[in-house]
Amino acid sequence: MSSVYFTKSVARNIFFGGSVFFFLLFLVLTFDTTRKLPKSDHRENITEEVARGKHIWETNNCIGCHSLLGEGAYFAPELGNVYKRRGEAFIKVWMQAMPTNAPGRRQMPQFNLTDEQLDDLVAFLKWTSEIDTQGWPPNIEG
Amino acid sequence: MQYQSQLVAKPYFIAAIGLFIGQIIFGLIIGAQYVIGDFLFPEIPFNVARVVHTNLLVVWLLFGFMGAAYYLVPEESERELYSPKLAIITFWVFLVTGALTIVGYLAVPYATLAAMTGNDILPTMGREFLEQPLITKVGILLVVVSLLYNVTMTTLMGRKTSITIILLMGLWGLAFFWLFAFYNPVNLVLDKYYWWWVIHLWVEGVWELIMAALLAFVLIKVTGVDREVIDKWMYIIIALALVTGIIGTGHHYYWIGTPAYWQWWGSIFSALEPIPFFVMTLFAFSMVNRRRRDHPNKIATLWALGTAVTAFLGAGVWGFMHTLAPVNYFTHGSQITAAHGHLAFYGAYVMVVLAIISYAMPIMRGRVANSPQAQLWETWSFWLMTVSMVVITLLLTGAGVMQVWLQRISETPMSFMATQAELEIFYWLRLIGGGVFFIGLIVYVISFFIKGDITYLSDEKTIKKDAVQDAEEGKTTEEVAPSAAEVRVEEEAKPVVADEDARPDLSFVPTETSAEDKPTK
Repeated sequence: MSSVYFTKSVARNIFFGGSVFFFLLFLVLTFDTTRKLPKSDHRENITEEVARGKHIWETNNCIGCHSLLGEGAYFAPELGNVYKRRGEAFIKVWMQAMPTNAPGRRQMPQFNLTDEQLDDLVAFLKWTSEIDTQGWPPNIEG
Repeated sequence: MQYQSQLVAKPYFIAAIGLFIGQIIFGLIIGAQYVIGDFLFPEIPFNVARVVHTNLLVVWLLFGFMGAAYYLVPEESERELYSPKLAIITFWVFLVTGALTIVGYLAVPYATLAAMTGNDILPTMGREFLEQPLITKVGILLVVVSLLYNVTMTTLMGRKTSITIILLMGLWGLAFFWLFAFYNPVNLVLDKYYWWWVIHLWVEGVWELIMAALLAFVLIKVTGVDREVIDKWMYIIIALALVTGIIGTGHHYYWIGTPAYWQWWGSIFSALEPIPFFVMTLFAFSMVNRRRRDHPNKIATLWALGTAVTAFLGAGVWGFMHTLAPVNYFTHGSQITAAHGHLAFYGAYVMVVLAIISYAMPIMRGRVANSPQAQLWETWSFWLMTVSMVVITLLLTGAGVMQVWLQRISETPMSFMATQAELEIFYWLRLIGGGVFFIGLIVYVISFFIKGDITYLSDEKTIKKDAVQDAEEGKTTEEVAPSAAEVRVEEEAKPVVADEDARPDLSFVPTETSAEDKPTK
């Protein structure tokens, strides 16, 4: 830290220059990602149902216990691939049966969703399970 | 304290500590729910308690940053705060908004809260860490903008130092990236992509500027090392942090539907992310070793050193552990993530806020530093909280490794819930760790009420004694002795104050390093 040439203003310039350069690079990568996303997110399949399902997912704070594509809480199972793991019927029956009230077991609240809302939620989970996630998770258990 | 308006920081710090207590209580609740699944169910389901736990963390850290900014900016700018009144109004707005939000989480089901607060107009809720109702999100924005207006005006009208410039950049960046909290596209992949612009670009981006500025400020104060030296280190650290951290965002873009090339960008850049934290550790220890005098506030120095070390461990080492794409493929979304999250947040942000509180609070209470007795209590709290957090992290890491093994690597993978049952012993021990942490926090709070032998700032004897001591060290009276009342805390702590422009000759200071530290203009 004591070189004659490496002064505070050199350090400052590296900071400003480096930050701006790498932020611009980040924007370029973001632009490229945005161009390529339609191939992996299959946005053509985002129906009204899927959109409503996402809203239900959000307004019941599902992420507060579960993870979705690995992000969220780690208290309850991953749901990014739950459609493939369990299928539509199981998901619906499961949600209607909550809470189990089994003593000592982790409990999921009853969200009182209507049949139509359950359809929407399943549509969202189905679409989510079809996103190209580069092969993640490693197996069906999530 | 040099400027009366710095006192506005006090309520911010008190609120921060109050909310910190709340955060830990809810942490204990969810820790208990990990082992007693139906604990407090259905009154406080896990998701609600977790939202309170994480949101309180973010809000109290924001209180801490804001208090730090209101304290630091007038002193650095060498003038009173632009509008102390606005700062106090802002405080109450933030506290009431925060309190009502927490009450909202606890009082009604989340879906009801969303419906009540206009989430249908602009849906932003229900995403991890961004669970706040729209009104709260707008409130946070307004509070931060008010802070920015106040401290930016103060800086513009006063002295501009590297520390204030970096602090302001950090705070402006915080406000800017918060705007992405309002962007919630229907397409989940896009949603997640820009969600990270708030989360990652906060904690591994602009917040690091705030942390570096606060750490630099505290180190200048407690070590008395020349500002020029500290500034240079600060710039090096934040340059490394942003150069690695911005593209490092890519380590979140491995498995969320984004192109595969992010595995390369993310792995390479985030593998470098520990470097700034390592340099920060070198920085803190090197500054303390070169200190020009022994500040009576030992515990503030300890917090500053602790920040550097624990941030390196939590953010640097534990971050690196699972950041490479081939590793992350197995560890993504496991307890490893939770382990890293806990130590990184505690080390980097909790500790730096506690460092600035530890330095500034005694001064705002008219003291040079807290009494040795009070500092002893605070030192105990430092070790209780830090060691228990390290233990919690190790236990969660153990749980994570076992989880990954049983659920993801094994030939016959177990289901999530079956795996969780196998991890119970880790979770029990973690809960005990949480209990010890809570005891540490109580000890911390008690330390504020321990009187002991306090040296008050107004105690002229101390100041005179310092002046005598300074004279003995060969300093001229002009340098040290303006009238006692004018003696600043800063100078009291370290007689040699080096402003960028008018820097005294330091060659008389008998340290090996000071000569080479002189500016090389």
